[in-house]
Amino acid sequence: MTTWKKEEFDNLETTNVLKKSEELGLSHEQLVEMYRTMVKVRLFEEMADKQYALGKVHGTMHLSAGQEAVAVGAGFAVNKGDYLLNHHRGHGHFIASGADVNKMMAEFLGKDTGYCRGRGGSMHIADVTANNLGANGIVGGGLQLAVGVGLAIQMKKTDQIVLTIFGDGASNEGIFHESLNMAAIWDLPILYLCENNQYGMSANVTRVSAKTPFKGRAAGYGIPGYYIDGNDVLAVYEFVHKAAQNAREGKGPVLVEAQTYRYFGHSKSDRNLYRSKEEIEYWKTVEDPIVRFGKLLLEAGLLTEQKIEEIHAEMNNEIEESVKFAENSPEPDVNDVMEWVYA
Amino acid sequence: MPEITYREAVRDAMVEEMRRDETVFLLGEDIGTYGGAFGVSAGMLAEFGPERVRETPISELGIVGAAAGAAMVGMKPIAEIMFMDFILLALEPLMNQAAKARYMFGGKATVPMVVRMPGGSGTGAAAQHSQSLESILMHIPGIKVVAPSTPYDAKGLLISAIRDRNPVCFVEHKLLYKVKGEVPTGEYTIPLGVADIKHAGTDITVVTSGIMVQKSLAVAQKLSQEGISVEVVDLRTLRPLDTKTIIASVKKTGKLLVVHEAVKTGGWAGEIMAVVSESEAFDHLDAPMRRLAGKDVPIPYNRFLEAAAVPQENDIEAEIRAMVANKY
Ligand SMILES: Cc1ncc(C[n+]2csc(CCOP(=O)(O)OP(=O)(O)O)c2C)c(N)n1
Repeated sequence: MTTWKKEEFDNLETTNVLKKSEELGLSHEQLVEMYRTMVKVRLFEEMADKQYALGKVHGTMHLSAGQEAVAVGAGFAVNKGDYLLNHHRGHGHFIASGADVNKMMAEFLGKDTGYCRGRGGSMHIADVTANNLGANGIVGGGLQLAVGVGLAIQMKKTDQIVLTIFGDGASNEGIFHESLNMAAIWDLPILYLCENNQYGMSANVTRVSAKTPFKGRAAGYGIPGYYIDGNDVLAVYEFVHKAAQNAREGKGPVLVEAQTYRYFGHSKSDRNLYRSKEEIEYWKTVEDPIVRFGKLLLEAGLLTEQKIEEIHAEMNNEIEESVKFAENSPEPDVNDVMEWVYA
Repeated sequence: MPEITYREAVRDAMVEEMRRDETVFLLGEDIGTYGGAFGVSAGMLAEFGPERVRETPISELGIVGAAAGAAMVGMKPIAEIMFMDFILLALEPLMNQAAKARYMFGGKATVPMVVRMPGGSGTGAAAQHSQSLESILMHIPGIKVVAPSTPYDAKGLLISAIRDRNPVCFVEHKLLYKVKGEVPTGEYTIPLGVADIKHAGTDITVVTSGIMVQKSLAVAQKLSQEGISVEVVDLRTLRPLDTKTIIASVKKTGKLLVVHEAVKTGGWAGEIMAVVSESEAFDHLDAPMRRLAGKDVPIPYNRFLEAAAVPQENDIEAEIRAMVANKY
């Protein structure tokens, strides 16, 4: 089922990275770094899947392979001290914000060296000291907290913003309305990034949403809304950067909807009965964000085939190291189970 | 009798009632093609079509609100909340609307709806997907709370819940879905509000529900080989409580242990103990009543921490041994 139309995108497709990066003020090193980070996310997700298959990950997890351009484009477009409210499919955003994959992998394996010392797991992974306020097990959870974080930034008069990640599915929770309305009336510095991967679990976005794209809803709150190609990393960068600036200047929230696709099943209980093999194949071949960006970088002479291989090998190494780190880490002490219920 | 799983028993109850009564319909997230997050409604879309297996957006408040509205005008909705934790997003229509409509309107409205929800820990789903919130639901007059422990009970109780003229919260423990048991084909009902003595005994009464029934039964069987006689009372319905069965059992054994997975503070074990304290069974107690419950902690992710957060068989065994040895 086609649920998206390229003609509706607000961005122009990136065809020349040299020209585009100049417009955006991105250096060639930064472009390569973005590519490297996308590869890192992909390999991390594939490794996480492998660890799960080996029975080393307790519980479930939600993999973001296929959606790397959204995570990396957005992660590079915000500032270091900005807040991140992530959602359950958020490994990519976490890595793009500079997370340590060792501590991430350790958290998946439930180890004491993990980001949440084995208490949270994939669905609750956070790095509060780095202003990463966590993934969320509740669909729309970030939308709830965003208003408060935005208010705090406004009251403290810092120049931060809060980047809130949520899915097409989350857009149909009632909190979507409450959150955007409050943010709009108070001009809060919130960047609402809707990652539209076309399915909320098995629900095709058009079947459960009265009208798509969701960007149309922005008009109802009198805020800017954009619908962009979420598999074009520089388009994501461009629009998130623009929206972030808007929010940072006190002009209020912006809704950015990035069209993308998830490759793996929703979670570990998914048998993919609700979508066709052809559809998955189309996205993996024609639209793959890493292949697309890699091709542009090759054409521009910023990468060579050999360099691409090196990047893959290097990232692969890093991810394999993270598994070793996690495996060699201790389990949390069961006697500490009651720790941190209260401050 | 054929052996089927708890999951199948729940499905059979829904399917049979939907065949029998056109006003019964199912609504919830991913209940169609996906078959529900735990596969409970697998195949139902094919039989009943999208109108009666109504897939919703991710809108819990809307789901329970819609169920309440439909019930008030003559339908019998079964709402599926994917994880019990998400009922927290829909407490308003459940507790302020569905629970109170009949009373507020002077007995003129009925709200015959069921909200099914898988609860409990043990799957590594961590703090926001593992809770046992029965005590919160029990606090509200006007709703009933059911928590079956076996496939047989699941089917009979769910049929009763669907036919009941009140809002019923139906709590299914995730770890029970795979449990098999004998279940008759075709219709039978188990009345709401009636407990079941799953293992008769004389030395101590264990009042429990859901997954903890299975754990308590394993312990009771083990201890019976040593001559320790444990009576396991499966409440089956948490509200209204079958106080008669509880009181009679405690009068017989003189000792009460309440076991639940939900956290201890404010948990329903306290309610059971209060019922006994207020009754003639109090005079028959020969030891302090005890409760074994989940620790007062969000459910952790790590598997060892997770197991430590809720009562396990060895905890139940140790507690029973201590009580029958008059250690308290
Ligand atoms: C309140 C709530 N309802 C339902 C769920 C179960 N659930 C988890 S993810 C998900 C789909 C979310 O879809 P979307 O927001 O589009 O994000 P995606 O999974 O596609 O990345 C569902 C239904 C949940 N975790 N929380």
